[in-house]
Amino acid sequence: MNIVELHQVKKDFGTLSVIKSLDLTLEQGQILGFFGHNGAGKTTTMKMILGLHQATSGQVKVFNHDPCSSQFNAYRYQLGFLPENVSFYPQLTGLEVLQFFAKLKQVPKQHCVELIEQVGLTHACQRRVKNYSKGMKQRLGLAQALLTEPSLLLLDEPTVGLDPIATHELYQILKTLKNKGCSVILCSHILAGVEKIIDKAAILAQGELQAYGSINELRKQQHLPTQIKFKGYFNIEQLAQKLEVNIQTHQTGEFSFETEPSLKLQHLKILQSQLGLTDFDTEPPSLDALYKKFMEPKETENAHLEQQTTKYQTTDDSVDLPQSSTMKGAKP
Amino acid sequence: MNSILAVVEKEFKDGLRNRWLIAITMIFCLMASGISWFGSANVGTVGFSSIANTIMSLSSLNVFLLPLIALLLSYNAIVGEDEDGTLLLLLTYPLTKGQLLLGKLLGHSLILAVATLVGFGSAALMIALFADNVDLMQLLSAFGLFILSANFLGTSFVCMAYVISSWVSEKSKAAGIALILWFFFVLIYDMSLLGILVATKGQVHAQVFPYLLLLNPTDIFRLINLLSFEGTGSGLLGMASQLHFSLYGLFFSLTLWILLPLLLAYYRFSKRPI
Repeated sequence: MNIVELHQVKKDFGTLSVIKSLDLTLEQGQILGFFGHNGAGKTTTMKMILGLHQATSGQVKVFNHDPCSSQFNAYRYQLGFLPENVSFYPQLTGLEVLQFFAKLKQVPKQHCVELIEQVGLTHACQRRVKNYSKGMKQRLGLAQALLTEPSLLLLDEPTVGLDPIATHELYQILKTLKNKGCSVILCSHILAGVEKIIDKAAILAQGELQAYGSINELRKQQHLPTQIKFKGYFNIEQLAQKLEVNIQTHQTGEFSFETEPSLKLQHLKILQSQLGLTDFDTEPPSLDALYKKFMEPKETENAHLEQQTTKYQTTDDSVDLPQSSTMKGAKP
Repeated sequence: MNSILAVVEKEFKDGLRNRWLIAITMIFCLMASGISWFGSANVGTVGFSSIANTIMSLSSLNVFLLPLIALLLSYNAIVGEDEDGTLLLLLTYPLTKGQLLLGKLLGHSLILAVATLVGFGSAALMIALFADNVDLMQLLSAFGLFILSANFLGTSFVCMAYVISSWVSEKSKAAGIALILWFFFVLIYDMSLLGILVATKGQVHAQVFPYLLLLNPTDIFRLINLLSFEGTGSGLLGMASQLHFSLYGLFFSLTLWILLPLLLAYYRFSKRPI
């Protein structure tokens, strides 16, 4: 069952086209990682899913309804949202803030105490929010997003300000929610660790989808090398010649090399046949590497455009400068 | 309805926590007590003079203070939430823009109501307890009408602040415009009317001018309190008091000063990009 469906969605702000024909689906119990540079259109897409922005054209459906319609209000109880740089009422305590949001969703007060405990804020729940650190505000934001055990959870940069333990706890919470059938859209710049919990990734650049699918599908599309790490006692030069790769030696006593997907099995067989081998591990291309690879064409295009503009401006200047004294009123 | 009440409770708690409520109440209490006892100091007497004099003096001073307090209390109602990012979050909840605005209005009005009731009410209580020869019924009705009209006046400025708040994109701009609005209604408007009347020596439909007072909520408030004592006032208020506006009519005008800005604020808020 599709929880979110975006079909040929476009969003313009005046003459600025922020989203150019976007197609996305999110099924029940799936976690979608939504990635892109600043200004790629991630937040605008989220706002369209939340019904805060109407698409210029195309169709947005959430729980099979138009999120901008008045009927959608009934489905808002099933929505959880954590905005980027979340901010709350500084004069109220953490518990009061959560109780206010709970009241809006008709959640019993007792549940707020449980949620405060779940996000590790019990010790600070009677403190005013103005005295909270960024991480504490983020935890409080997460608690409000989880108020109703949502069917759809949208998280915009949820790990910003969180320490590694809190980040790990967040991912654990997301896994639990996923197992209960909650669908999650996770928008993040911090890619490390995200790949372990997401089912699908969508990479957005300048309002266009650059990649969309499971991590394995994206890996297959890009043919990025797998890293093989191993330990043991070898003549490294001989082994490198045999494998026809560059082997790197690490300070930890570990060795590693990169191999193409088509050669991976062959290289592993050679490695396993080595008598001195004590341990080995394979590391598929990371989400970070995939992201960079998918963004490459767009970045090259941008660099090319920039180069063209600079070239044009330089040429323009060199032509205009001698004439500028005679061209009165011409724009500089 | 639950959502509106949640917003009302939050606004009231916020007002209580950031000392707004206490500060306003204290100001009203000191102002009312001071005027009750020292209002006749300029004619050489100290002590309570009369209910009429007290209410007249109070309404003259309140006309300056209450609109300013109401504007300062609510100028950032929408733009503040927007700047802080909470508006974005609130609108993802089962809460419409209308409910949010109404909740804020009721919350801010409640703060003003409590402040005026306690602040001015305590002054009335002191008069009842310590002043000689006071008709308690007259005191109660005079202060009751004064507090009620003060609340109408305050609420109308709260609604005007919402118009500003839903229109502009920065809190600082909203604060600036709110001060200009206060300056206009409290000082500029009456002076301009009077100036035109004097400059034209009453040639330009002088009888229309008193009705123009209805275009200023502070003047309506003064008229209400003037008429309840069959006072005459001076200048334009004096002319207006001779026209025998009814109390209901004046309250109706003040209600329009609440409803029209509120509708405009809602319209602007519904068009506001998030």
